[in-house]
Amino acid sequence: MSASFRTITELARSLRAREISAERATTDCLARIAERNPSINAYITVLADQALAQARQADAELGRGQDRGPLHGVPVSLKDIIDLEGVPTTAASNVRAGHVARRDSVTAARLRQAGAVLLGKTNLHEFAFGTTNEDSAFGPVRHPLDPNRSPGGSSGGSAAAVMDGMGYASIGTDTGGSVRIPSAACGLVGLKPSLGEVPLDGVVPLSSTMDHVGPICRSVADAGIVFDALRGRAEQRATREMKGVRIGVLRGYFTSLLDAHVASAFEATCASLSAAGATLEEVEIPHAGDIAPIYLHIVLSEAAALHAKTLENHAEHYTPNVRIRLEMGRYILAEDYVRALRGRAVLIEQVDAALRGRDALLLPSLAVPAVKLGAATIKIGGVEEPVRNITLRLTQLFNITGHPAITIPCGATTDGLPVGAQLVGSRGKTDDLLSVAQATEALIRPGAR
Amino acid sequence: MTIKTWLEAAIQDAERRNLTGLRSLLETLARSTSALRSADWNFDATGEPVHTHTPDVR
Repeated sequence: MSASFRTITELARSLRAREISAERATTDCLARIAERNPSINAYITVLADQALAQARQADAELGRGQDRGPLHGVPVSLKDIIDLEGVPTTAASNVRAGHVARRDSVTAARLRQAGAVLLGKTNLHEFAFGTTNEDSAFGPVRHPLDPNRSPGGSSGGSAAAVMDGMGYASIGTDTGGSVRIPSAACGLVGLKPSLGEVPLDGVVPLSSTMDHVGPICRSVADAGIVFDALRGRAEQRATREMKGVRIGVLRGYFTSLLDAHVASAFEATCASLSAAGATLEEVEIPHAGDIAPIYLHIVLSEAAALHAKTLENHAEHYTPNVRIRLEMGRYILAEDYVRALRGRAVLIEQVDAALRGRDALLLPSLAVPAVKLGAATIKIGGVEEPVRNITLRLTQLFNITGHPAITIPCGATTDGLPVGAQLVGSRGKTDDLLSVAQATEALIRPGAR
Repeated sequence: MTIKTWLEAAIQDAERRNLTGLRSLLETLARSTSALRSADWNFDATGEPVHTHTPDVR
């Protein structure tokens, strides 16, 4: 296996054993980017010279025993909605033409502090306002397994980059599922921490009460390593076995519209956990049917407020689909936004109740495998569903409520397209969620490290 | 404002601004707003519960 397809955990071990240098690991990633990015379009900006300089510095520091931790010398990328000093933050939009970040985001600063090598900025759905990356001023990101499919979005460039060996991890943002959706579609681990755990300073906002920053990685252990860097402190997480773990399984709304392969992989995951000694109990979110209206009214209102001035002055610089959806938000009445906030409080109570006495909730991550580029709808259960609705369906609840959620690969379709299972933890207990996720991963991905 | 009145006004304004693609999205949004308003967790000043799945007629 090429070095650039290994996990952070493995690379960290090899770096300290002097089996590989950070410079070599970075050179491998840059070579892979040169080879694959012209067809995948995962990166908007590649920072080869800076990355190599950072890698050499990491090698020098590690060589004299100055170890910043497991991310030291590891090549990673950032979604191009996160500021990196001296580099444009395009948000995949012509609206941002000429922008250069004057300072690092907290995310970038913390990655630097952890000694990570910053390879570049990845492509996304314009302003993170979509789930396919088709609406990008830089063209669509293509799925590494099938160039006619989307890797999912909005952090699609990040997921495609990690899946295709163009970096060991990437930092995405998640407002309705934008870390978890592409991670699931690309067979990766994607973590949305609890609301507020990772600061948003220096991140172009979409929905100020639902935006999250989170890592896209190849294993749960890697997600924990990157999460520690992003929040600015490392925690010793408990190692758990599945025996005795109590899991609430979300069905009804959450399993009523699933691709057959997704349903099959999800049931197999439930069976594996149960066989390993976990207690699985079916739980309900009584107002699950209200999730989509609540989400829509919050995200549209908040995004419209952020973009109103630019819409009035430079509307033609947006891609047509993103512009029209931002305009839609400008028509929402204040009373309906307030209703949605009341609905949010109800959903928070209901997710908290479902978690009471349990370690995690379990549901599929993405109802369908990677969707074809250009598709407006997708047939599922004999019904044509809008792609945007079906892709957000299983993730957006936890942006509304702020609970931490993680997707783990749990199978594949007969065509080899990945399928993900999602675990959800209690608010502020992301470390506990990671412990359960690692035990789950060991069962359903026996080769995972 | 009733959803019917809101939708008419929104479509009229969108057409005035030549945002022709917005009409179908506003109609979708109107259905979503109707669902939001009829949810049983809404506050009602009379103290009466809001009945679920009843069309918004205000």
